[in-house]
Parts: sequence; structure tokens; C-alpha cells
Amino acid sequence: MQLTGADIVVRCLQDEGIDFIFGYPGGAALHIYDALYKQDKVKHILVRHEQGATHAADGYARATGKPGVVLVTSGPGVTNTVTGIATAYMDSVPMVVLTAQVPSHLIGDDAFQEVDTVGITRPCVKHNFLVSDVTKLAETMKKAFYIAASGRPGPVVVDIPKDITANLAEYSYPEIVDMRSYQPRTRGHSKQIARGIDLLVNAKKPIIYTGGGVVLGDAEGPLRKLVNMLGFPSTSTLMGLGAIPASNPYFLGMLGMHGTYEANMAMHDCDVMFAIGARFDDRVTGELSKFSPNARILQIDIDPSSIGKNVSAEVPIVGDCGVVIEQMLEQLEPRVKEIDRAAVDKWWEQVNKWKAIDSLAYKTNKDTIVPQLVVEQVHRITEGKAYVASDVGQHQMWAAQYYGFEEPRRWINSGGLGTMGFGLPAALGVQLAFPDETVVCITGDASIQMCIQELSTCLQYGLPVKVINLNNQYMGMVRQWQEFFYDRRYSHSYMDALPDFVKLTESYGHVGMRVDKPEELEATLEQAFAMKDRLVFVDVITDQTVNVYPMIAGGKGHHEMELAPGQAEVQERELA
Amino acid sequence: MRRIISVLLENEAGALSRVAGLFSARGYNIQSLTVAPTEDPSLSRMTIVTSGTDNIIEQITKQLNKLVDVVKLIDLTEGQHIERELMLVKVTATGGAQREEVKRLIDIFRGRIIDVTDSTYTLELTGNGDKVDAFIEALGQMEIIEVVRSGVSGIGRGKRALSV
Repeated sequence: MQLTGADIVVRCLQDEGIDFIFGYPGGAALHIYDALYKQDKVKHILVRHEQGATHAADGYARATGKPGVVLVTSGPGVTNTVTGIATAYMDSVPMVVLTAQVPSHLIGDDAFQEVDTVGITRPCVKHNFLVSDVTKLAETMKKAFYIAASGRPGPVVVDIPKDITANLAEYSYPEIVDMRSYQPRTRGHSKQIARGIDLLVNAKKPIIYTGGGVVLGDAEGPLRKLVNMLGFPSTSTLMGLGAIPASNPYFLGMLGMHGTYEANMAMHDCDVMFAIGARFDDRVTGELSKFSPNARILQIDIDPSSIGKNVSAEVPIVGDCGVVIEQMLEQLEPRVKEIDRAAVDKWWEQVNKWKAIDSLAYKTNKDTIVPQLVVEQVHRITEGKAYVASDVGQHQMWAAQYYGFEEPRRWINSGGLGTMGFGLPAALGVQLAFPDETVVCITGDASIQMCIQELSTCLQYGLPVKVINLNNQYMGMVRQWQEFFYDRRYSHSYMDALPDFVKLTESYGHVGMRVDKPEELEATLEQAFAMKDRLVFVDVITDQTVNVYPMIAGGKGHHEMELAPGQAEVQERELA
Repeated sequence: MRRIISVLLENEAGALSRVAGLFSARGYNIQSLTVAPTEDPSLSRMTIVTSGTDNIIEQITKQLNKLVDVVKLIDLTEGQHIERELMLVKVTATGGAQREEVKRLIDIFRGRIIDVTDSTYTLELTGNGDKVDAFIEALGQMEIIEVVRSGVSGIGRGKRALSV
């Protein structure tokens, strides 16, 4: 039987096993929306802004590992998704974005709501397609899902002109895709693996440095075995948190600009670095010329272009992190006894001295709520088991530093692009995927206003996200940099004329709370989290002066980390 | 260092812009780029002349390989290869002496005159980049009206080949 292009799109989504799509209708997309209306297998979530759709699909994908799907109309519908697509691209999140296009015969005529979607999105997608023939529609959809989710995942755009959605074709959804030009490699080269193991067993001051790749590749099982088998100090980037449990004794916490002192010092002083699914981002390495001067580097990555891009690796292994680690474990097991335990123990002594400085220590006071404490309280109340989405800025760093993730895919944040406005829609997507889990959005007074309209979507679908707004009435991270590097000239970082967030939340039909006294913090949070079936927005008025520490300033190396004021004395004492 | 990278890619709309976009987005140098379909109409072959340190060239080849439309590529400059560029030049040619001089020069460079008017010659010359450059230089005093260069095409020597 012949189907219209619109029906084919929807059938493809059904056959791909897609349960939710996030979208917003408009002229060119109406045939597809009509096809959606006629079925109930694929549930459409109506957002309030297309950027929200992309972040929601992104949050859904990060939490579940399945591709997030977006449907928008042509023109502004598309341009509004660009931020969300770029966000997903930078963090390698599998996503398929279906964009409607003006009818084929109008393309290039500056038609109403026409943009060059393929051109605009090209630099921030893994791949994109413009469908020119309805008979190729199903195959293109299959390719889109395959490309998005395989290899190093990423967003794929499928641009579908309106006439294509009306044209008829026989429907059959391909079972497999074979593309001669796209064949991602998953298994590592066994000789390289053997060379890598040589490096590891001969290390005196080793470190394991993991990134987002271990989360994307669901590699936590083999990774944890590996860490425990080697017994080496281990650290993670912002994107890899949770793959190694925060409570694992070998885990030193996050590294990088706001990583722990022990993680960064160990990175700097190590003799062998084992990088797994990490891309040596500038926020992680600090000044490259000062980066780990004595390290011999073993690197696993599924994307060959991530190897040797910023830092060259002595032993590169291309492959899926989980698969390669499994391969390594086989070869490693009989050779673990070769490890120079005396040397590694001595290295641990040094690492433990750095650890004793307790670089994440912070001071509380009687008058104001300090933000770090809020995150620790959220952790305690949720027993460390919540899905935590964040926006971007100081609150994001505090969430990463103090929540202590025990599992991967629980920490949902925009690491690469640093997109303010990501948190609330992402949390919405996570809550849809896991309706019975606690989903928290840790945000700030600036970020939350960038996609606050999605409170309305949360009401429509009954999503009981807990929004914790760390409200210091500043763009905190901007303010911090202006304090440190611009002589306290707080240029446009003050959020003047903030709305009354409690009333705002209430007008969206949710529960709003405000707390500004330290002694009331705990009770307020308890009360908020006790309301299991309601979205609660807690406006936490925090100390305006708190900065994120420790910190590697621009141009500095890992070993030149700055500790919080007062911590220097501890440092002197511990390292004496 | 100057490199010649040959790329086989799917003959799809937009494939060229993906490559061009990659070079501009990542700030890679591009000296010339030629592209046309091969004997298999589903494939295009592109020759890119670029330059950079070994690290940059490595990234260029990796990033090109990462493009979903790219099937295969080689760095021709890593082995023995032949490169050719076609140039068309229109020069002013008036008066017997000048016309004779142009004919003599193009003869020396084994090129041809392909169009003649009473005041111009249009010349065709094929060779590697150096030869084509040298011809322009040799024209010296002549008045060049226009120069059209195809950009470099290249192929490996002997059995070395880029095919699917």
C-alpha cells in the first residue's frame, strides 16, 4: 500500500521504536502533524520554543542513551533549533532533528519561512540530508538514526520539503544500513592494546583520565573493573562524571579548570596517562605548553580525529571505549602482577597528601546561604540517586563538584558548548523518560530565564521536576571573572529587575518556594522534594560573593591551581 | 609543507560544501580544489592542495575521513605521484615580432595556441604547478588579459591507486 510522505515519517519513527518526539508545528510541517494526530504510538511533546525541543530531546538522549527526536517547521522553526543542535554536537549526543522545508519548487526563491536548513546546520551536525524524493524518505530516515547513534554519536538533520510529505510511495523500513562511506570502527587494534598494556604495567606514577566517551559508550562496567584491577588514581572530566562512582576509593574527583587539587596535580606529575573517551579540551588541559610534561599517553577514542588533536598520544587506540577496555582486560589480567606496586603505593602517598588539602572545603555562615551547601543538601535528600540537569555557570560547577555522582547518565549538562537555558528543558526530557525518578534542575537566576517558558510544557505533561534556582542576582561566573580579571568592573553581569520567581512559577501552575535563611534551607528543600507529583521551583537566595574554587586561571598549568582563600595555609601544612 | 590530498566522495548534492566548510571552519589552508564525477557516476573525485605542519595535515585527513560523504582518501605527496594543472591564458598579440615571441614561448613549454584574433592569442598549457608558474613568469613583458587555472589534479605512480 502506498503511504504519503508524512505517514512514512511517522511509520519510520514507530518502526525505529521512538516513544517521544519533541516539537512545535508550523505551515510546512502540517502534513506530518496530521499524520501524528492519526496515531498514538509516538507521543509528541509540545514545547514552547524550538530551542526547548532540542534540549529536551538532548536530555532524554543523555539519560537513556537512545536518540532524541525533534520535529519543527521550516524557517524560524529551524533557526531556533540551531543552539540545541550545536549543544548536542559538541557533547556527541545522538539526536535526529526532522525539519520541515518549503515545497521543493519554492526552494531558493526566498519563500515564506524558507531558510537553507542544510547550509545553516552543516557546521554543527554529524550529517544532514535534504530529502528530494519521497521514495528515498524511509531509507534516509533509517540512515539518520544509524548515523546519529553509531560511532561517535551526534545530531543528524533531515530536511523534508512539504510536497514530499504529500507525495505517495510504497513503505518499507530498511532493517540495516550499509554505507560504504561510513563504517565506524568499534574494536581496537590488538597490537596497540598490547603496547598500551606495556605502558600501564611499567608505570610508576599513572593516572586514568576518563571523559564523556565512557558515558556515551556505556563503558562503566568494564571501566570500573579496569580501575579496580589497576588500582591507579583516576579522574574524570565534567562529561564523564558517574562512570566511576564518586565514592570509589581510586577516584580523585573531576579535573580541569574547577577540578580538585589532587586530580590536577596528579595529571601534571604523572608518568603514564591513560585517556579514555576524553578529548583534551582546553577547560581540562589548562595551558597546553604546561600540560603533563612527563606523561607518556595511551588514548582510546572512537573518533580518530580526537586523537592527537591537542595533545599527541604515544599509543593511540581507535575503538569504542567499552569494547576496547573489555579487550584490554583479557590481556591485562595475567599481567597485573607486573605492576610495580611499591612505586604506585609511593605515588598514592603523594596523591593522598594533595587530597588532604581538601580543595573543595568551603565556609558556611549564619546570615547567608552558601551555594555549595545547597548542592550537598540536594544530594543528601535525594540520596545521591537523582538525575541532575544543570544550566551553565557557577551553579553548574558546584553541582559537578558537590553532587557526587555514583552512576553515569545522571549528570545532564552542556559541557562543550556551555549553553545557558539547557537545564530546564533537558530535565523535562529526562523526567519523561523516567517518570518515577527524581529529576532536579540545578540552575541560576540568569540561565533559568533563557528557557523558562518550558515550565508551561512541564505543566501540560505533569512533569514533577524540582528546580533549584541558586539565585545570587548575578551571572555568577561572569561576575567571578570580572572580580578576578577585570578589577571588579561588573559590566552587565548584574541581573537587575529579576522577576518574582515564586509568583512566576505559580502563574505557570506549579509550586514556588523561596528561602533565604540558612536555618530554613534544609526544611524547605525537604518540603520541595516531598511533593513527588508537583513541579516545585525553589528560589534559593544565596550569598552573592561566593566564587568557584579551586581554579586554574587562563594561561596556567594544572600545577598552578589556585585554592580558595584560606586554603593556602592548609596546603603549606599538608605538603610540608 | 605542500600536500596534495585526493578524496573519493559520494556524488551527492552538498558534498563539496561539506569539504569547503570544513576547511574554513577549522582554519585550514586551501590552495586549490578541483572536483568532478569519476567513471562511476555515484562517486566524485576531489583533489585538494593544502599546506600545514604534519600535525595539521594529520588532522585534515582525519577530519575529511570523518565526513559521512567521504569514502576514501590518500595523501598523494606521501608517495610518488604525478600532478597536472591546466592553464588557459589570453595575451595581447599585435605585430609580427610579438606574435612570433608568444608562439616561440608556448612551443618551448609544449603548450598550444587554441584561439587567435588579430590582437590576441589564447594559449593552453598543461603541467605541474611549477611549470605553469614558470610559463607565467616567462611571459614577462607580454600583456596578459586573463589567466584561468584549473587547480591541480593528481594521481599516484605505478600501481598506487585510489579506488573503491
